[in-house]
Amino acid sequence: MKYMLMMNTPGGGPYQIARWPQQDIQAHIAFMKDLAKALQASGELVAAEGLAGPDQAKRVRAGSDGKPITDGVFPEAKEFLAGYWIVDVDRPERAYEIAARASAAPGPGGKPLNLAIEVREVMSAPPRDLLE
Amino acid sequence: MSAPESRAEGSAQGSAQGSAQGSIEGLLRELAPQVLGAVTRRSGDFAAAEDAVQQALIAAAERWPSDGVPEDPRAWLVRVASRRVIDHVRAEAARRRREELVVSLVPAEDQLALAAGEDDGSDDSLVLLFLCCHPVLSPASAIALTLRAVGGLTTAEIARGFLVPEATMAQRISRAKQSIKASGVPFELPAAAHWGERLVAVLHVLYLMFNEGYTSSGPALMRVDLSEEALRLVRMLHRLVPDDGEVMGLLALMRLTDARREARTGPAGELIPLDEQDRGRWDRAAIDEGVALVTAALSRGSVGAYQLQAAIAAVHDEAPSAEATDWPQILALYGLLLQRSDNPMVALNQAIATAMVRGPAAGLDRLDALARDARLAEHHRLDAVRGHLLERAGDREAAQRHYRRAAERTTSVPERDYLRMKAARLDGER
Repeated sequence: MKYMLMMNTPGGGPYQIARWPQQDIQAHIAFMKDLAKALQASGELVAAEGLAGPDQAKRVRAGSDGKPITDGVFPEAKEFLAGYWIVDVDRPERAYEIAARASAAPGPGGKPLNLAIEVREVMSAPPRDLLE
Repeated sequence: MSAPESRAEGSAQGSAQGSAQGSIEGLLRELAPQVLGAVTRRSGDFAAAEDAVQQALIAAAERWPSDGVPEDPRAWLVRVASRRVIDHVRAEAARRRREELVVSLVPAEDQLALAAGEDDGSDDSLVLLFLCCHPVLSPASAIALTLRAVGGLTTAEIARGFLVPEATMAQRISRAKQSIKASGVPFELPAAAHWGERLVAVLHVLYLMFNEGYTSSGPALMRVDLSEEALRLVRMLHRLVPDDGEVMGLLALMRLTDARREARTGPAGELIPLDEQDRGRWDRAAIDEGVALVTAALSRGSVGAYQLQAAIAAVHDEAPSAEATDWPQILALYGLLLQRSDNPMVALNQAIATAMVRGPAAGLDRLDALARDARLAEHHRLDAVRGHLLERAGDREAAQRHYRRAAERTTSVPERDYLRMKAARLDGER
């Protein structure tokens, strides 16, 4: 079963991390690198992407002429998707385990951040009778 | 790409806002090697980092004059350049390992800038200088790469300095970076065992850079930029390696030579030889600094070739008039220099000094011996010197012949004009 683990940047603006002491930022990234390596080694990692900062995000919808209408930046938003993993695991509990490990990534002073990680199952192909 | 840094740090300091375009340029040139060092250290990819830093410098040059200089300009440049490197890494993602950029709270485009590598703000300029002047590169490539990577000049500026099309220079720099990549030279200071030879290579490149600007093979006699750049880089090297006598010697040599710059050309750009220069136009401050440097260097004991050349330049610069020049001392210094290096140009200069001390006939004897050296036989300067000594010996016809031959052979326009003028003057007097 595949699950998408979505990690959001907490409120306080996208650049609050830039104000962490350098060593804490390094510890945070090192932790996440270890996680990526572990998931690769266990064969559970399907995909993972870190996203650019939300200040570069645009909200896009089609106008009446079908052309894109963009707006953004959105400094008022409480949180943004910082990145996601897609993992292929045997049971949902394993996906929760991985999410908990990511949630405990170290923050300032090395304290666990206990971030909320949203876990959603990635659906496989729809049942045959729906396709026909 | 531009929003984060302008929002995070774009609020310029009141004082910095008033800074003139020139001081921003100076600041960028000073920061260029430090930023490149930091980004290379983090990304482990000198070639990509070098491109990225160029782009960051260009972005800063465009934006700082209107937006103001960021609070921490070095950090701004490192961040912008790191992002460019990440773009590059992404483009090559298939060849890189997955975990290089990871899911984390650090926005992906900032991961290199904020996380990897130790950035203690240390100055990597010296490491860069050793890298760019590595013996795997030809001197011409090393000069070009050094000007860009350490000097912070753009490809277009370097191309102008060398009087070649920009595309040619871009190609030369790109090949130089490939050579460095292929050779696998690590981004670190050379080991103690190789320090000496690698420093010799660095000094040689800077010396050639200075000469390229000073003697010039193109229409303008002096391309100030290259000489000034070489001087700036040697000064930086001296700051980083303050105890090396040869670094002091080279800095002294450049200062003492550069001190005569104003007096070296006439109003129409024509060349004025040393003995006819208006010594009042020599830069006293430069001479004083050069003399102090070479005196300090020589007192340290181990005497090198640059120190000796600087000592010779100092003897010239300290003479109140051409007639008062201490030629016996210069001749002795050339003797010491020749013991150290088998350089035909040094031998040629020694012949001139010989003529000044013992008369033109003795100098001409030395030239006859030198003419058998294949490296010198076809060189225009051999003819120019012979013409000069023959003129002094009173053989005007032969002098004229050699001046003309030298004029045909030189590739420097001002030097050609000067030699033709010398030949023509003899015509008039005959």
